[in-house]
Amino acid sequence: MKQWMNLKTLVIIVAILFAVAFPQMGFKMYYVHIGVLSLLHILLALGLNLVAGYAGQLSLAQAAFFGIGAYVSALLMLNLKWSFWLAAPLGALAAGLVAVGIGLPTLRLKGPYFVISTMGFGEIVRLVFLNWESVTRGPNGLPGIPAPDPISLGFVTLTFESRVENYYLILTVLLVVLVLYYNLVHSRIGRALRAIRNDYIATQVMGIHVAFYRILAFGVGAALSGLTGALYAGYIRFISPDTFTIGESINILIMMVIGGMGTISGPIIGAIFITYLLETMRVFAEYRLVIYGLLMFLVILYMPHGIAGMLKKLSLRVRAGKKEA
Amino acid sequence: MLKIRDLSVHYGKIKAVRQIDMDIAQGEIVSLIGANGAGKSTTLRALSGLVKAAGGSVEFEGKDITGWNAKSIVEAGISHCPEGRQIFPRMTVMENLELGAYTRKDTKNLSVEYDRIFEYFPVLAQRRSQMGGTLSGGEQQMLAIGRALMSKPKLLLLDEPSLGLAPLLVEKIFEIIQNINREGMTVLLIEQNAWQALNIANRGYVMETGSVAVTGAASELLHNDHVRRAYLGE
Repeated sequence: MKQWMNLKTLVIIVAILFAVAFPQMGFKMYYVHIGVLSLLHILLALGLNLVAGYAGQLSLAQAAFFGIGAYVSALLMLNLKWSFWLAAPLGALAAGLVAVGIGLPTLRLKGPYFVISTMGFGEIVRLVFLNWESVTRGPNGLPGIPAPDPISLGFVTLTFESRVENYYLILTVLLVVLVLYYNLVHSRIGRALRAIRNDYIATQVMGIHVAFYRILAFGVGAALSGLTGALYAGYIRFISPDTFTIGESINILIMMVIGGMGTISGPIIGAIFITYLLETMRVFAEYRLVIYGLLMFLVILYMPHGIAGMLKKLSLRVRAGKKEA
Repeated sequence: MLKIRDLSVHYGKIKAVRQIDMDIAQGEIVSLIGANGAGKSTTLRALSGLVKAAGGSVEFEGKDITGWNAKSIVEAGISHCPEGRQIFPRMTVMENLELGAYTRKDTKNLSVEYDRIFEYFPVLAQRRSQMGGTLSGGEQQMLAIGRALMSKPKLLLLDEPSLGLAPLLVEKIFEIIQNINREGMTVLLIEQNAWQALNIANRGYVMETGSVAVTGAASELLHNDHVRRAYLGE
């Protein structure tokens, strides 16, 4: 057991070091951009994972929460000249509150009915972005979103204009989120969520308030997506309704499933893998969706616990083999 | 201890439970028997707050608990071990038990309950880090009962603990229920296995199509002509 823990710690340290060193490795800026997109996708997949992976409620509204965070923070910065550092948490809060409002009636629905309601909600949000032209400028989107304000640490001033600087900002946010996330899923709350996914009725008779925990997971997952939206807006500097579609929600879902839902490493692995794959497959144009579908099909059939689940199984087998030898 | 008056439960237009009265005294085992669909499980679900009563009242230790939610009822001291076991299949035996203590504030003292449960069910101690779903049917039933005991209830509701178990195991489970009762636990037992249930009970209620048809001391019911014909197959 101890050896296994050590191996895990080692992998985590190497992964963090690699993530920190990545922009300094002399890759073209294009790859740093893909790096930033990967980080944003990890945050989105983690948000969905809390709802679907832990609490067992599949949501197809994650892109909508992503969009709400992006639009709310961008509008606060553009119209009220707020600083990014105030606008971003408010974007997250807005997404979280909307999720709680939506969750109160819809989380009573079970299985496919909940999924359908989130799909409908996601589409409504996109149409609002598209048609509320006096505020969102409709299909033209919102250009000229300012970058996060510089932070002065006394001896050095951090700016967030370039790709690399944004990469480090988002990586920092991700690492903080991961620490909080780890603590959350290993707390009483995390255990209650897993119990709900395991057995709805038994969880109720244990005296666990199922509706409360479901709404909590939905709200926190949405707030995380909203925060990601604000980071995205501050990085790309332009947002339009095209980004926040059902297609994006499904992308997030695929990342989580392929990586392995109900784990922390799963969404990370899945998001990096799929982001990279989407970019390299650009040459195939629309055919990439076929490859995509096939991949999803194979994963569900042969690796139901995703890449993370497969890796765990392999390492367990290696350890078992060692014991026998 | 528990006083039910005029309790009715409806599922839409279907009246599953119609104005039943029931009393349970401290330290008793009370068996509720009846055919499939007679309203036994629904009665239990109403007691533990899983379904809302359409009418009537439930009083527990002098408090009116009618309409309370499931969480408050567990905290008041009623623990429900649901039909079909309903353990958490992808969590370990220990995690299952831990969840049973979810409403407890004194989480430092859980080891007392663990010891007691492992004494009743030694096999669970051996399986403690195994996933709930990999246990056999009998072991799962033991886990479900153990989990229900983790909240330190005063009244234990057992819904068909013999369901789908081999006859030998059924006997063992009933023996353990008696042990638990001897140590002071009040038990309300639902069973289709009427003979077994009445044999370990102090009193019994027979439900038919949503109402209580016969009630009395368990020994009387075992000799009641109607019960013998309808439920004991004589």
